Amino acid sequence: MPIWEFLDTYGARLGSGTLITIAQFGLATVIAVVVALAAGLGKMSHNWLLRGTAVCYIELFRGTSLLVQLYWIFFVLPLFGITLPKFTAGFLSVGLNVGAYGAEVVRGAIQAVPRGQWEAAYALSMSPARRMRRIILPQALGLMLPPWGNLLIELLKGTALVALISVADLMFQARQINASTFLSAQAFGAALVIYYILARFGITPFMRWMERVVARRLGRT
Amino acid sequence: MTFDWRWDFAWEILPRLLAATVNTLIAAGIGYGIALVLGLVFALAQRTPYRLLTVITREFVEFIRSTPLVLQIFFIFYVGPQFGIRLSPWMSGMIAIGLHYAAYLSEVYRAGIEAVPRGQWEACRAINMSTRDTYFRIIIPQALPPSIAGMGNYLVGIFKDTPMLSVIGVAELMHTANSIGAENYRFLEPFTMVGIIFLAISLPVAALVRLFEGWVRRKMGVR
Repeated sequence: MPIWEFLDTYGARLGSGTLITIAQFGLATVIAVVVALAAGLGKMSHNWLLRGTAVCYIELFRGTSLLVQLYWIFFVLPLFGITLPKFTAGFLSVGLNVGAYGAEVVRGAIQAVPRGQWEAAYALSMSPARRMRRIILPQALGLMLPPWGNLLIELLKGTALVALISVADLMFQARQINASTFLSAQAFGAALVIYYILARFGITPFMRWMERVVARRLGRT
Repeated sequence: MTFDWRWDFAWEILPRLLAATVNTLIAAGIGYGIALVLGLVFALAQRTPYRLLTVITREFVEFIRSTPLVLQIFFIFYVGPQFGIRLSPWMSGMIAIGLHYAAYLSEVYRAGIEAVPRGQWEACRAINMSTRDTYFRIIIPQALPPSIAGMGNYLVGIFKDTPMLSVIGVAELMHTANSIGAENYRFLEPFTMVGIIFLAISLPVAALVRLFEGWVRRKMGVR
């Protein structure tokens, strides 16, 4: 079957799968960013309880596979009385996984803000919270955006795994089409190309634009 | 079902999980071996004077790096038979994972090679060394030490990505845990133990990589 005929027949299904993938990506990104900020700041806290929690979370999620985390959250958490719908379990585990890697990025960026900035804020007797929010975080943001671009591509790739708990995303639709038609090259090939387009023509230009905006706001153009 | 951890069941399935762990380690080892060699090929192909080869390799690496590994595994496993090539799950899994990480490692090598000072290239040119000797005797030995950290990270990465091979039926750790869970209608122990086994291997390996990196740096007299 030629590729245009294939796309004509199955394009709608691939399209609906792509929408689910984008939804999973968006929700997982929100979770990843929030959790990465919390854990990254937590790891630098002077409170040992906060620091311990952050370190445990980071090591736990970086030391095991996303697939293990996904299955654990979906199949084992219900035994503790927390039953999540598959859609929620999907973006939650992807977000938590990437958040652990993001936490290290956040921490590295905050520590890379020059000492003089910390000292100047201290000299102006800013409160620690205000210093972080007004002085340190905006500058750290400029430093952490490039690594976040890579992390978001990893996150997009991670969302493909939610198909394994039967969230009807792009990967899931490709598998279904493959199972019913045996047009493997077309089904999986089309899905690969869609993921590639999302990453190269969606995420990468968006992050470049973000970098430019942040650089301008910081007066570094 | 409520939360009740059964130690007897956990002990009973431990040998099976450990046997599967060996499979996981073998898969990670073979995959890493393929990736190390193929990654170097990708990296060197991007440095040849043939513009077309450089561009194609560059795009290919970008494509592999920005699409999901699990989809690539499916692609290689299912597309072969469509054209009359039958690959076993192990074979296609190893090819997919090797190719995927080769793309990542080629970037690590590339950064390492580009970090070698220009003077080294010029010195090789000056003493009339062949391109082959320049690479294998001068450039690559110097490009390796700064690359060790990246290479080590991807060793841990490849180990953590092996569970994806379970989707095409490679009997590694995740696949075995899944079968145990399905046979006994108990997922708590197998999945939790898989998590613990992964932690117990990846955390020490990550620490070892850091030690090894320091050792190589001292040995090679770099910084």
